[in-house]
Amino acid sequence: MIAITDYGAGNLHSIRRALIRLGLDVRVIDSPRPLDGAEAVVVPGDGAFGPAAARLRALGFEERIRAHVRSGRPFLGICLGMQLLFDASEEDGNHVGLGVLGGRVVRLPASVKIPHMGWNRLRIVRPSPLLEGVEDGAYVYFVHSYHAVPADPALVAATAEYGGAIAAVVGGDNVWATQFHPEKSGAVGARILANFARWAVGAGAPGR
Amino acid sequence: MLARRVVPCLDVASGRVVKGTSFVNLRDAGDPVELAVLYDREGADELVFLDIAASHEGRGIMEDVVRRTAEALTVPFTVGGGLRTVDDLRRMLRAGADKVAINTAAVQRPELIREAAARFGSQCIVVAIDAKRAAPARWEVWTHGGRTATGLDAVAWAKLAAALGAGELLVTSMDRDGREDGYDLALLRAVTRAVRVPVIASGGAGAPQHCVEAVREADADAVLVASLFHFRKASIAEVKSCMAAHGIPVRPVGPQPRAAPADGRSR
Repeated sequence: MIAITDYGAGNLHSIRRALIRLGLDVRVIDSPRPLDGAEAVVVPGDGAFGPAAARLRALGFEERIRAHVRSGRPFLGICLGMQLLFDASEEDGNHVGLGVLGGRVVRLPASVKIPHMGWNRLRIVRPSPLLEGVEDGAYVYFVHSYHAVPADPALVAATAEYGGAIAAVVGGDNVWATQFHPEKSGAVGARILANFARWAVGAGAPGR
Repeated sequence: MLARRVVPCLDVASGRVVKGTSFVNLRDAGDPVELAVLYDREGADELVFLDIAASHEGRGIMEDVVRRTAEALTVPFTVGGGLRTVDDLRRMLRAGADKVAINTAAVQRPELIREAAARFGSQCIVVAIDAKRAAPARWEVWTHGGRTATGLDAVAWAKLAAALGAGELLVTSMDRDGREDGYDLALLRAVTRAVRVPVIASGGAGAPQHCVEAVREADADAVLVASLFHFRKASIAEVKSCMAAHGIPVRPVGPQPRAAPADGRSR
């Protein structure tokens, strides 16, 4: 079972539908208990960092997500779900994140329109399981006003150019995340989610 | 580099797609969900649904359209028309809309923009502005589907809406809407110079060249197109290849081919 966390931040329909289309057993969960039985966890999300982090905590997700990550099972963060993995964000003050990845979330530079909204090209900087078969330069859909700056630049697998190179795909081992929305990114996004699905259910999974 | 977006707009009434000329003379152009999926396949970067006959009875029908569209689409879509309260917005977002557009209700109570942005995030709050030329370089905001003059200056309102938390502005020229003789470039230029949020050009697209002008001459981030597409006078691919030929970055249509040419020629 793939768990999608519902902590009241943004719409889950598209990611849920996209994963179901890939033949996955998907469950949207609004409490952390079912996480223990999940093969993989997806944390989507839109909106402001502070209230989202507070809700994750209030609902008891924070510790369970950390435990899930420690267990080595696959994790995918999307958009705000990526940003929440980092130590902290400067969005509307200073807010503490999950600290799964080192680094901070900062506002996009004032030289560009904010939000960064629309289709931008991926610049792939190193291979990653998520981007297998995705061409360098492929377009994906972004909507965000803040971006993550990992403490260790080696965490970044792909960037997009928007007032500088911003982290578009980050991760390593069992934890991966995208600043863009694969579930809104047409055929390229579907490929990325299929990569996640294949990896999430393991190499021995039936070829549905 | 960020691509400029091509956005088909479906005007919807009672669950069916219609397109009026300057907001009258409605013509039926089909099922919104079917059309949305078709446009997705043809390379639309996102879609806009405007419920032009929005009423309490119609709201349920629209929610159903939104739900079915969200199930089927692989690109984002915006829903607007008759949304008046934070709860109206919440219902559409929960039904699966990626963004919601507010117009009359925001003019009547600008704080709605701030409340909605605080609740759902700026990224999903679009303020739609219907503007009509009042003087050579002045445009007035109209509400209620273009029936009520407000006396508000469109550029000043655009600035205020962005300051209150709108994540995007959908700027429609009422003078040009349905006439298919090009966008109101002066209006768009005035707005894109005044704000630092994305602006969608709307009203007047009648040829691919008009979309080029909106981007090159008025710096629009996205172009809204309705009847040009609905009546198959041009395809999304034609519009995009025209834009690409003028050096505008666009997302190639269709499944992105391996080693795709950078100019968007993919038909």
